[in-house]
Formats: sequence, C-alpha cells, structure tokens
Amino acid sequence: MIVDGARVWPTVVAAFLGSLVEFVEALTVVLAVGTARGWRGALIGSGAAFVLLLALVAALGPALARLPLHIVQLTVGPLLLLFGMRWLRKAILRSAGVIPRHDEQAAYANNTQSLRRHAAARPGWDAVAVAAAFKITMLEGLEVAFILIALGAAGAGLLVPASLGALAALALVVLLGILVHRPLASIPENTLKFIVGVLLTAFGTFWVGEGMGFAWPRQDGSILGLVAGFLAVALLAIRRCRTHTPRG
Amino acid sequence: MRWLKTIVAEIFGLFVDDGGFSLTILIWLAAAWWVLPRLGVSTTWRGIVLFAGLALILAESTTRSSRK
Repeated sequence: MIVDGARVWPTVVAAFLGSLVEFVEALTVVLAVGTARGWRGALIGSGAAFVLLLALVAALGPALARLPLHIVQLTVGPLLLLFGMRWLRKAILRSAGVIPRHDEQAAYANNTQSLRRHAAARPGWDAVAVAAAFKITMLEGLEVAFILIALGAAGAGLLVPASLGALAALALVVLLGILVHRPLASIPENTLKFIVGVLLTAFGTFWVGEGMGFAWPRQDGSILGLVAGFLAVALLAIRRCRTHTPRG
Repeated sequence: MRWLKTIVAEIFGLFVDDGGFSLTILIWLAAAWWVLPRLGVSTTWRGIVLFAGLALILAESTTRSSRK
C-alpha cells in the first residue's frame, strides 16, 4: 500500500497531540479513582473501555477506507470541521480569558472527594471504581477514536500512522502518570488543543473542498496554507476577544 | 434507556458545543457547495471562498461570545 508522504506527518502530529490532551484528562480521573477507591477497579474499568475503543477503531477505520473517497470526504469532512472548529473556538475563548481553562488539579481534587463520598470499597469487585474509570476512559477515548477514524479516512494507509501517533501519546501519558503519580497539570493543555484545533480545521476544510470537487491550488500543499490561514485568524480572534473581555 | 441517551448526547457533544455556531458552519458548507458553482466562481477560487467563510464564522462567533 502506498502512503501519501505529504499527509503522513501532519496526520501523526495531529493524532499525537489530540490524543495527548484527551489522555491527560482521562489520567486525572483514573488517578483519582485509584487513589480514592483502589487501583484494581481503576485499571479494570479503564482497560475494558480501552479494549472497546480499540474494537471501534479497528472496525470503523478499515470500513470507511473501502468507501469511495469523495463520499468519505463529504461525510467525515464536515464532522471533522465541526469537531476541529469546536476545539479551536473553545481554545481561543480560553486563551482570551472569556471562559476558564481546564484545571487538572481541581478536577483531581473534586473527583477524589466525590469518589470518597460513596460507600467504602470492599475487597473484590468495586462497581463504583470500575464504572468511574470506564466512563472517563470511554468519554475521552471517544474523542481520540473519532480523531483516528477521521484522520485515517483521509487517505489509503493513514489509519496506521494516526494510530501510532495516538499510541505514542498513550504510552507517554501512562509513563508520566506512573512516574509522577499525580495529574499532569503542567502540560499546556489549551495550547495543544489550539494547535490540534487549527490542524483539524485545516484538514476538514481541505477534505470538504475536495469532496465538493473544488480544485485546491498546489493540491496537498494547500493544507499548509489552510493551517497558516486558520492560525492567523485564531491568533487575531484571541487579541480581539481580549479587548472585549472585561478584566477583573 | 438512560445510558443510550447519555451515549447519544456525548457523541452529539463531540461536534456541537454552541448550536448556532455549528449550524452556521453546516449552512455555509451547503451554500458553498450549491451556490458557488451557480455564481460561476472558478473551481480554484471556490476553496479560497470556502476558507474565508469559515474563518469569518469563527471570528464572529468568538467575538460575540467575548461580548456576552
């Protein structure tokens, strides 16, 4: 299978950064579950969700690759655009101080407190721990699964590099989680979300345009132009929002 | 059925945060697909117009949110 080289690295980078953000958020809750209720339930819940997500990507990814490309571009493209622009809009509003940034330490403290309010864990099966770990891994993992399926659907052989990017992010987050044993609050989550938002919005625009039969100048090279264009618009939007946001 | 509603709401939430923002994007995509060819805009310019519209939607939505 020939993989389009010009698309591989942007795909890997987008998958890695997008997955990193989601895995950091999931790690915070899994750490809270492990600390408050015990590690057995936390690991069983997360593991079960992870297997389910893997099955979802393995089933949907190759299935989409068998459909005609313009159909995929016109169905997955608008979804990718909605997803990317939602992330980018939120990251702009957070950078400008319009809405508060996600605070991993606060999320960890809230979750730990809330999990301790339930009846104490008994030896054996702790349904509260399993359900909490399963739910957060599924919720954050669904976003990763969508990113992988969407990026993988953009061209032949792209699902593997996208998945490798996500697995590298998972390995990094698990390793850091084991080493520091607390939420990864120092990871610049909003900046990562901003970058991924720009990348996914640019990819989504390109694919929708291709699906509609538009001729992009310089073909795949236009993706870089779209990335630069959306980056400039987003940076200007942050400045503009800051001037409108009341300080205090 | 509550779990099913939760799953549907979560999947919907992946793509829609601000309903007006998402709807405007979809309307613009439909307009670009149907209107631009009928206006005689060349295929090369259609992509640039598509980008410009999306950039405008993003800028307008964030500015409006910051004014609230």
